[in-house]
Amino acid sequence: MIPEQPKPLLEIRNVARVFGGLKALENVSFNVPRGAICGLIGPNGAGKTTLINMVSGLGPLSEGAILLDGQLISGLAPHKIAERGVGRTFQNIRLFGDLSVLENVILGHHLRQRGTLIETLLRLPRSRSGERDSRTAALKLLAILGMEHLANVQARALSYGDQRRVEIARALALGPSLLLLDEPAAGMNSTETDGLCEFLLSLRESSLTILIIEHDMDMIMRMSDLVVVLNFGLKIAEGPPDFVRNEPHVIEAYLGSEQ
Amino acid sequence: MLEFVSNNISTINFILINIALGLSIYITLATGLLSLSNAGFMAIGAYTVAIISTQSNIPFIVGLMAAIALGVALALPIGMLVLGLRDIYLAIATLGFGEIVRIIALNGDKVVHLFSQNKELIIFNGAEGITLTYRTPTIMLGLPDTTWPILIYVIVIVYILATLHNSRFGRILASIRQDETAASTLGVNVVHYKLLAFVLGSAIAAGAGALSAPIVRVIDPHNYVFSRGVDILAYAVLGGMTHWVGPILGATVLTSLPEALRFLKDQRDIVNGLIIMLSIIYLPAGLADPRIWGLFKRLVSFPKRERVS
Repeated sequence: MIPEQPKPLLEIRNVARVFGGLKALENVSFNVPRGAICGLIGPNGAGKTTLINMVSGLGPLSEGAILLDGQLISGLAPHKIAERGVGRTFQNIRLFGDLSVLENVILGHHLRQRGTLIETLLRLPRSRSGERDSRTAALKLLAILGMEHLANVQARALSYGDQRRVEIARALALGPSLLLLDEPAAGMNSTETDGLCEFLLSLRESSLTILIIEHDMDMIMRMSDLVVVLNFGLKIAEGPPDFVRNEPHVIEAYLGSEQ
Repeated sequence: MLEFVSNNISTINFILINIALGLSIYITLATGLLSLSNAGFMAIGAYTVAIISTQSNIPFIVGLMAAIALGVALALPIGMLVLGLRDIYLAIATLGFGEIVRIIALNGDKVVHLFSQNKELIIFNGAEGITLTYRTPTIMLGLPDTTWPILIYVIVIVYILATLHNSRFGRILASIRQDETAASTLGVNVVHYKLLAFVLGSAIAAGAGALSAPIVRVIDPHNYVFSRGVDILAYAVLGGMTHWVGPILGATVLTSLPEALRFLKDQRDIVNGLIIMLSIIYLPAGLADPRIWGLFKRLVSFPKRERVS
C-alpha cells in the first residue's frame, strides 16, 4: 500500500514560455510540498526568474498550468495571486525607495488592514486601529530581522544586504503561504548570508513554503529539502540536494561536458 | 492685514482656486499618472454652475455639488478608458479629453438645436461664453462671501489629502508611483487605485472650476485651453509632487508672481515655461523638497549653534 501523498502547495504542470521564437521554458513540471524549502538552480538564462515571474502572475504562460493549494492561479492578475498568499522578492531589489523602511513593510500588510476610504477620511476607530495593527506587525517583523533601528530610514539609503532583508520583510508582511525569493543572498557577505539562512530555516518551522533561486550552492544545498535544476528552459534534475549534487547532467550543465 | 486682504482679494481668490487645481493634479502625479485633463474637468465644473445659475434659480451650493458629481460621473468611464495608457500616451489622451470638452462648450448649442424645438435657446453661447450677473459680495468676518466657499473648499481638500497621505491609501498611491509591478505583487489592485486617484483629482478640479465661476464671471471656452492645463501642471511641478504642501507653494508663487511683476504679464507663459524648465533641472523635487527645508532649518538655527560654542 502506498500511503496517500499530501497535496503539494505548489504544482507546476507542463509549463512553457515562448518569447518570440525563443523557448525560455519548455514542459517544466514539479511540485513543492507544503512546508518545504525548494531550491531552484541553474546557469544564467536557464529560465528560473521567468518561472518565478509566472508563479507570481507577472508573465503569461504559453502552455501549462500553475496550481496553488490545488487551485489554478495561472492567468490571475498579480494582485489576485498575492491575495491567495504568494509573496515574493526580486532579483534587482524593488523597494519603494522614497518611503521609509517601516512604510515599505506596512505596505506589505495593507491587504490585512481594515478601514474603507470613508472610514479613513473620517478617521474612524476601525481605520485607526487598522493602522496601529499594521504598524505593530511591521515593527515586529523588522525586530525579528534585527532591523528595528532602521524603521524610519528611507529605504534607498540602506545597504544592499539590508535592502534585501527589508524586501523579505515586506513580502512576509503579506502573510504568505508561499514565499518566492529571487537570489536573496546576492550582494550579501558571508555573515549576512549565514544570518539569512538561519532566518529562512526558522520560517520553515512556522510552516511557510519557500521557493528560492540562488547561485550560492552552499546555501542551497544546506537549506533545501528539494532542488530543481533548470538548463536552457528544461528541467534536467530534481531531488534531494545530495542526489542532485551528483547527477551527471547537473555537473555537465555547470561545468561543461568532458569532451 | 484686513486692508491687505481686501485690496488683493481677487489675487487671493485666484491663489485659492489655483491651489485647489494644483492639488487636483497632485493626486494623480503622486500616483505616477501624468494626466492633463484637469483643465477640462475645471471647464465642466465652471459650465455646470454657469448654466445652472443662468437657466434656473437653484442655489450655488447645489450647483457646486452637481459640478463635482458630474466630474465623478465623467471621470469614471474616461479613467477606465485611458488609465491603461502610460506616461506620454496618457498625457496625450487626457489632453484630448480637455480639447473635447472645450469644443463641446464652443459648439454645444448647435447640438442642442438639433434636438430642441427652440432654435433660439442659448446654453453655452459659443466663443462668447456665459456671463454671470454681477452681484456685490457681502463681507462676512472680514472676507467676501464669494471667497469663503473657496477657502473652505481648499481646507477640506487639504484635510482629505493630508489624511490620505498618512494612511494606507497614501502609501499605496506612492507605491504605484514608484514601482507598480512591485506594488501589484503585494496585492495592490493597481488599476483600481489609479482610477481612485484619477476620479478624486477630476472631482477636485470640477469643484475648483465651479467655485471659480462667480469669480471670473465670464465662462468662455478660451479659459480652458491647453495653456491652462500647463499652468496647473506648473503649480505641482514647481511646488513638488511628493507632498501635498508642494502644489500649495507652487500655486501661491506662480499666481502671485505675475501680480508682483506686472510688467511681465504678457510674457507670463514664457516665465511659466522657464520656471518649469529650471525647476525640473535644478529642483526636481520642487519647492517642498525636504532637502530645501533641511537647509532652511540649518540656516535659521545657525546663530543659535554659534552661541553654544
